[in-house]
Amino acid sequence: MNVVRGLAVLLLLQAAGELVTHALGLPFPGPVVGLVLLLACLPMAWLREPVAAAADALLANLSLLFVPVGVGVITHLDLVGRYGAALLAVIVVSTWLGMATTAWVLQWLLRRSPDAETHSDTHVEPDHG
Amino acid sequence: MDEFVQLWVYLSSTPLFGLTATLVTYVAALAVYERVGRAPWANPVLWSVVVIGAVLVVTGTAYPVYFAGAQFIHVLLGPAVVALAWPLWQRRVEVRRRGGPLLLAALAGGSVSAASAVAGAWLFGMPIDVMLSLAPKSVTAPVAMGIAERIGGVPALSAVFAVLTGMVGALSAKYLFDLIGIRSWAVRGFALGTAAHGIGAARALQVHPDAGAYAGIALGLQVLLTSVLMPLMANLLH
Repeated sequence: MNVVRGLAVLLLLQAAGELVTHALGLPFPGPVVGLVLLLACLPMAWLREPVAAAADALLANLSLLFVPVGVGVITHLDLVGRYGAALLAVIVVSTWLGMATTAWVLQWLLRRSPDAETHSDTHVEPDHG
Repeated sequence: MDEFVQLWVYLSSTPLFGLTATLVTYVAALAVYERVGRAPWANPVLWSVVVIGAVLVVTGTAYPVYFAGAQFIHVLLGPAVVALAWPLWQRRVEVRRRGGPLLLAALAGGSVSAASAVAGAWLFGMPIDVMLSLAPKSVTAPVAMGIAERIGGVPALSAVFAVLTGMVGALSAKYLFDLIGIRSWAVRGFALGTAAHGIGAARALQVHPDAGAYAGIALGLQVLLTSVLMPLMANLLH
């Protein structure tokens, strides 16, 4: 029941987000505004249990939700045929650069922040494996 | 045989087909993924897309026919984006305490992904609408589509690029991080969520709870940053 209630809250906030973006002509997608609205609403304790139930259910199965758009690649097979190898190279290299940059910057900033020093290095690197 | 063909024609034209095909294929792909110890190459999104795509192409089924059923799963992406507020809220103390480093890392990683993708596409002489569709590929597909629409890309292409990006991240992150010596689960998860959005975050969540939590934070932050900054950048460049 909580999942259904939570889903109702999420959909309501998404709809509110769509409404706000259209009414104000904001350049963001509606669900993003919905995300911000939900952050603003979460201090209300009674909302948390249903939202948590729905969010956990959706986010635990997040990869399933990408399958329908992913299959859409078959509508662009001509493009894939023409630029396939180059597109793949661009996507692979840019994703690696993005991941490496994020990891390096974050690791570097966390190590030099006073917070990391007081907690010693084990706090930054909790476990490996 | 004739009856079978008629039955197939009937079944494949109802929404039941797309919905069932998506769920059954995904459940099977997930079972294989679990069976092989969640090896990155067995990524369930990748194999579901490959199998369903192949079935559609081989049977000559048009994508809209499939999507008529699959849309019932697809619509959940909207509330899933809204739901990203939940992991952000749960980790709000950490987000606030480490806000500066997290924000800077998200900004740096997001910019490098987008800029290198656009630059690469330009080097290979790809058309402008393909370049613009590549720019938002590091945010989750529904948001990437929305952004692409606003900056002059092709939403459907952006969604495909975003899904590919997520799969590349989920498949290769382990090896990349091992190679460059990133060992903290928090940092690994955050980088995966930043560059490879929901599919990367899903992978992080399956590997380690810390990685998953930070990937969730990264995913939310990247959605906010890209949605705000990319249309502004596009406006400046136009």
